[in-house]
Amino acid sequence: MHDKTMTGAIAGGKTRKQSQFIEVMRRLMRNKLAVIGMVIFIIYILIAVFAPLLTPYNYAEFNLVEKNQLPSMAHLCGTDQFGRDILTRLFVGTRYSLGLGLGAVALGLVFGVILGCIAGYFGGWVEELIMRLGDLIQSIPAMLLAIIISIVLGSGFIQTIIALGFGRITLNARLLRAQFLSQRRLEYVEAAQATNCPKIKLMFVHILPNTISPLIVSSTMGVGGTIMMAANLSFINLGIRPPSPEWGAMISDANSMVRSAPFQILFPGLFLAIFVLALNLFGDGLRDALDPKLRD
Amino acid sequence: MIRYILKRILTIIPVVLLVAVVVFTVMYFSPGNPAEIILGPGASEENIHTLEVQLGLDQPYFVQLGRFMFNTFIRFDLGNSYVNDISISHELAMRFPKTLLLAVFAIVLELIVGIPLGMIAAIKRNRWQDQLCMLFALIGVSAPAFWLGIEMVLIFSNKLHLLPSSGISTWTGWILPVILVSLRGVAQMARQARSSMLEVIKSDYVTTGRAKGLKEGEIMFKYALPNALIPLIQTAGNSFASSLGGAIVIESLFSIPGIGQYMIQAIGGRDYAVIRGTVVVLSIAFCLIMLIVDLIFAFVDPRIMAQYSSRAKKERYRAGHGKEVRSNA
Repeated sequence: MHDKTMTGAIAGGKTRKQSQFIEVMRRLMRNKLAVIGMVIFIIYILIAVFAPLLTPYNYAEFNLVEKNQLPSMAHLCGTDQFGRDILTRLFVGTRYSLGLGLGAVALGLVFGVILGCIAGYFGGWVEELIMRLGDLIQSIPAMLLAIIISIVLGSGFIQTIIALGFGRITLNARLLRAQFLSQRRLEYVEAAQATNCPKIKLMFVHILPNTISPLIVSSTMGVGGTIMMAANLSFINLGIRPPSPEWGAMISDANSMVRSAPFQILFPGLFLAIFVLALNLFGDGLRDALDPKLRD
Repeated sequence: MIRYILKRILTIIPVVLLVAVVVFTVMYFSPGNPAEIILGPGASEENIHTLEVQLGLDQPYFVQLGRFMFNTFIRFDLGNSYVNDISISHELAMRFPKTLLLAVFAIVLELIVGIPLGMIAAIKRNRWQDQLCMLFALIGVSAPAFWLGIEMVLIFSNKLHLLPSSGISTWTGWILPVILVSLRGVAQMARQARSSMLEVIKSDYVTTGRAKGLKEGEIMFKYALPNALIPLIQTAGNSFASSLGGAIVIESLFSIPGIGQYMIQAIGGRDYAVIRGTVVVLSIAFCLIMLIVDLIFAFVDPRIMAQYSSRAKKERYRAGHGKEVRSNA
C-alpha cells in the first residue's frame, strides 16, 4: 500500500489517486453480487428520498374502515390494524432505517477516527488511556450497550443514533490505531516530519488516507448490522417508537395481531432482510475490491 | 502455564469492576426517580422523600456507587426489584442456567453446522457449492431473528402443529429458540471457517501431502482441519458471548424464563434496578467467556503462551531503550 502512495506522492498525487479509485471501482463492478447489492441499496435510497410521492396514502392517518385488509391491488401489502397502508409505511420507514444506519455508522466513524488517530499517532499515556477505555466499553456486549444508552437517553431519532453508534467508536478507534502503528515509522511520515508538516495535517491528510480502507469496509458492513440492531431496539420498545413507521416497530406492532392477520408481519421483515442482505453483499464486494489479497 | 492462567485471571478483575462502575454510572443518569417508580403514580411528595432516604437515593453519587460496588461484589446482592421487591440476585440465579443452556445449545449447533458449511465452501471454492453455502451464510446474518422467530412459530406451530409456540416444558420447545439464537453465529462461523480453511489449504504441508499421494479426505481432516480450527475458537467465543445477548429478544418471544426475558420485562416496567443488575451480570459473563477463550487459545496454540511469558523480558528491554524501541515493536 505505502509504496504505491510513495510513488503517487512523487508522481503528483491526483492522477494516481484517481486511477486507484477507478481500479477499485472496476474490481467492484466485476463482482456480480456486489453490483446487485449496490443496485438494491440505490433503490432503497431513492425510496427513502421520494417516499411520499410513491404512494397515494398517508403513512400516519387512521382509516378504520379499511383495517386489516389482505394484500390487494389497492393496497399491495395490505393494511394494518389502524387501516394504514403497509407499503406506504414501509417506504417512509426506509428513511428511519437508512438514517439510523448511516447516522450511527457516521458517528462511530467520525469519533473513532479522531480518537484512533490521536492514539495511534501520539502513543504513550494518551494511547493507553484511549485504548483501555475502549477495552472497557468493548467488554459490554454491543446490544446491551445500545439498550442501556437508549434507556438513559430516551426514545427519539438522535438519541437512537447515539445509542447505536457509541459502541462503534471504540471499534473504529482500535482498528485505526492498529493501522497507524504500522505506518508511524515509514519513510513518508519521517519525511513529512522532517519538512515540518503540522501534526494535524500529517495525521489527517497523509497517514489517514493510507489507513482508512479497513475502516471503510467495516463501516459498510456495519450499516446492515446497525439497522438490524435498530429494529431489535424498536422491537423491545426502545429506540424509535410507534407510531413512527420504523420496520422493527412495525414488526412489533404486527406481532400483537399475528394470529388474526399473519401477513402483516411478513412484509416489514422481508423489506428489512432484503436491505440488510444487499448491504452485506455490497460490503463483501467492497472488501474484496479494496484488498484483493483477502479474497481467497 | 499456571502462571499464565493466574496472570490472566488477575487482569480480568479490574475490568469486571470497572464495567460495573460504567454500568452504574450510565444508569445513574437514567430518567425517572426510582422512589416514584416503586410507589407508583399518585404518591405523595412526602412518601417519595421518605423512601428516597430509606433507599439512600439522597446520598451523593460516590456514596451510592460505593454501596453498589460493595453490595454487588462483596455481598453478591444486586438489590431488590423496584416493581415487585423480589431479590434480583435470587431471580438471576434461577434464570441464568436457562440462558446459559440456550447459549450452549446454540454454540453446539453453530459448530456442527457452521464448520462443515465453511469447509465445503473452501474445498469447492468458487463452484456452486461454495456460492450456495456463502449465500446461506449471508441470509443468516441478514434476516432479523425475532422476525424469523415469529414466522417460524406461524409455520411450525400454528400451521403444522409440530412444535410448541412457547415455553420449554418439553424438549421440543428448545428447538426453535436454539435455531434462532444460533443463526447469526452459524453464518459467521461458516464464513470464518471458509477463509481459515482456504488459508491452510494454500500451505506447503498440504501440497506435500498431495505430492505424497495421500487421499484428499485424509489431508483435509487429519492435517488441514486441526490447523484451521485455531482461529475458529475466537469466533466461537465471540458468538457464544453474542448469543447471550441475542437470547434477550428470543427468550421473551418464546417465554423462556431466562435473563433476557427478565430484562425485557424490566425495560417495559422501567425497573432500572433489574436492568442494571442484568447488564452487570451479563457483562461479567461476557468477560469470563473471553477469559476462557484466551485460556483455550493458550492451551491449543503454544506460541501464544510463549509470547506472554517473554513479555516481561521485552518490557525490561523496552525500559532500557526508552521510547524508540517501544514504537518499533
